[in-house]
Amino acid sequence: MLYDIFIDPFVQMYEMPDFFLQVLWEGFVAGILYALIALGFVLIFKASGVFNFAQGIMVVFAGLTLVGLHENGVPAYVALLLTIGVMGILAYGVERVVMRPLVNQPDIILLMATIGLTYFLIGFGEFVFGGEPKQMITEELGLPTGSTAFEFGERGLVILQHIDIAAAVIAVIMVAALGVFFNKTRIGRALRAVADDHQAALSVGISLNQIWAIVWFAAGLVALATGIMWGARSDVSFALEIVAFKALPVLILGGFTSIPGAIVGGLIIGFGEKIGELYWGGLVGGGIESWLAYIIALIFLLFRPQGLFGERIIERI
Amino acid sequence: MFYREAGQFKTSYKADQALMPILQDRIGLSVILVVAFVIIPAFANDFFLTSIMIPFLVFSLAAIGLNILTGYCGQLSLGTGAFMGVGAYAAYKLTTIFPDANVILMVLLSGVFSAAIGAIFGLPSLRIKGLYLAVTTLAAQFFLEWCFIRIGWLYNYNASGAIEVPHREVFGIVASGAEATPIVRYFIVLCITAGIAFLMANVLRGRIGRSWMMIRDMDIAAELMGIRPLQTKLMAFAVSSYICGVAGAMMVFFWLNAAEPSSYSISLSFQVLFMVILGGLGSLSGAFMGAAFIWILPVFLKFIPGTLGIQIAAETVEHVTFMIVGALIIFFLIVEPHGFARLWQIAKQKLRVWPFPY
Repeated sequence: MLYDIFIDPFVQMYEMPDFFLQVLWEGFVAGILYALIALGFVLIFKASGVFNFAQGIMVVFAGLTLVGLHENGVPAYVALLLTIGVMGILAYGVERVVMRPLVNQPDIILLMATIGLTYFLIGFGEFVFGGEPKQMITEELGLPTGSTAFEFGERGLVILQHIDIAAAVIAVIMVAALGVFFNKTRIGRALRAVADDHQAALSVGISLNQIWAIVWFAAGLVALATGIMWGARSDVSFALEIVAFKALPVLILGGFTSIPGAIVGGLIIGFGEKIGELYWGGLVGGGIESWLAYIIALIFLLFRPQGLFGERIIERI
Repeated sequence: MFYREAGQFKTSYKADQALMPILQDRIGLSVILVVAFVIIPAFANDFFLTSIMIPFLVFSLAAIGLNILTGYCGQLSLGTGAFMGVGAYAAYKLTTIFPDANVILMVLLSGVFSAAIGAIFGLPSLRIKGLYLAVTTLAAQFFLEWCFIRIGWLYNYNASGAIEVPHREVFGIVASGAEATPIVRYFIVLCITAGIAFLMANVLRGRIGRSWMMIRDMDIAAELMGIRPLQTKLMAFAVSSYICGVAGAMMVFFWLNAAEPSSYSISLSFQVLFMVILGGLGSLSGAFMGAAFIWILPVFLKFIPGTLGIQIAAETVEHVTFMIVGALIIFFLIVEPHGFARLWQIAKQKLRVWPFPY
């Protein structure tokens, strides 16, 4: 038993390096996609202190809108533009209908409101586009398909799906763009001001409502990109919701307010869960992917309650 | 005018410390109890009992359980569904191991197991707070759900992987299994729910309940005043999980008759959380009101198109129900973030000063 836990997996890793590399790559891609979902959370949490539970559903909703529009005869790129427009309307609507009346309420009420939004979007998405899983329009959007196999060592092959490589590239571009947006543009600076102190930002003439709408729109765009990538790997359906729950351990690992935290957390969870599943999962009957991420996050939290990059919580009476 | 406590003098400590010191409250509660114990069983049909009243009571109990943890002790939990599942599976195992024992006793005993597991998952609460803790309780949710699927011993290695409630009798009356009449089940569920609610109403106004509220309001200050945070929080986790466990066991034994692991999934956790928040955090009556709203509203919504003579596909109704429930949740949070319990308080205040505005 001890041998199975402590020695055998490492022997396997050493003896089959190609398989190990493949696992690492899978973990990397999964981690990138978790990080993208988490990025949407972080954006909104940073600017408004709202724990946006609906981010996962926004990913599904964006993907579904894109595919649904295309199915109804809209050309792929026009559908993409229209979807961006829909996310904009959603952002404005959320700000107007949900956020503005609930300003200054406790965390849990805002969390509940986003869960209510989740229910609404599930119902709305299924009502408009139907509940059955849909194929993502990968080729029509000009995204690469197919795969490349690299020979590794004497025996093995490592297979890289092109769409995964594209996902990684897009994630990097997106994070870089967000970094530039936050640090160099006027709106980005306003966003950071709001994140630091709502009241101070208000008093220097920054419109909170506008900032929130922008932030929800940015989160919507991140959700759209994530939706396209996840949709290309599996189908677009509301089953993706479960995947969105994976972003939560990523978040608590990285800290709620840190964009680098979301990336690092995503990678740790992605690697951890794939390696754990493939090398140790068999010992307890498999399927441990569903909870391993949470246990990893829980263990981290016991040592660092604010997450890896989170702001230290100082409590005073 | 209608709700005036002036003139109700108490002449003993006993009267002063009564659970309901005001006459109108006592009358109101007696009316509710008469309706629940006499009028509903006398007039309701089987459909009303099995698909509205029994689930309503089960969910109310679960909401009370979560309310103790989240509303009274301030520890947000998203693992309620899993703790209910632990109760259900424990009750199932107990009643298959001891087939002759009283099934009600087994249901009540099963809560002990979920209390133990709840306390274990409550351990991180000393260091982790708020939303972070909510996410760690998701660990409990997914881990336990995985256990229900993978550990064959829990469901006696059934081919289906689901638990089916066996035929059991209590004092010669069939209480569980397919043959049990709705009225018997209703009475069992009602008695357990009312009993636990009464017990909790008393616990919450005593030393234990007050220490929970101190932890909720400001944990550091409570610690300085001599409340031990870990014990208090673990106690809240244990009591809350006990109640949720009993509710989960009742859910399968007296309502559904069979349950799969997916019955106790995360969506159940959310449903119960909705009930607690919409009903009002930190209020027992709120738990009942929230359960009524979240459970009975979708049932009604399903019947409205039929009664209006509009033919809509069942799927569409489902989707629209989702939309309406989501929208109503947001609406109620905006209108009254403190829940129905607060609305009821406002109404009482209005009745107290009627016909004057204040």
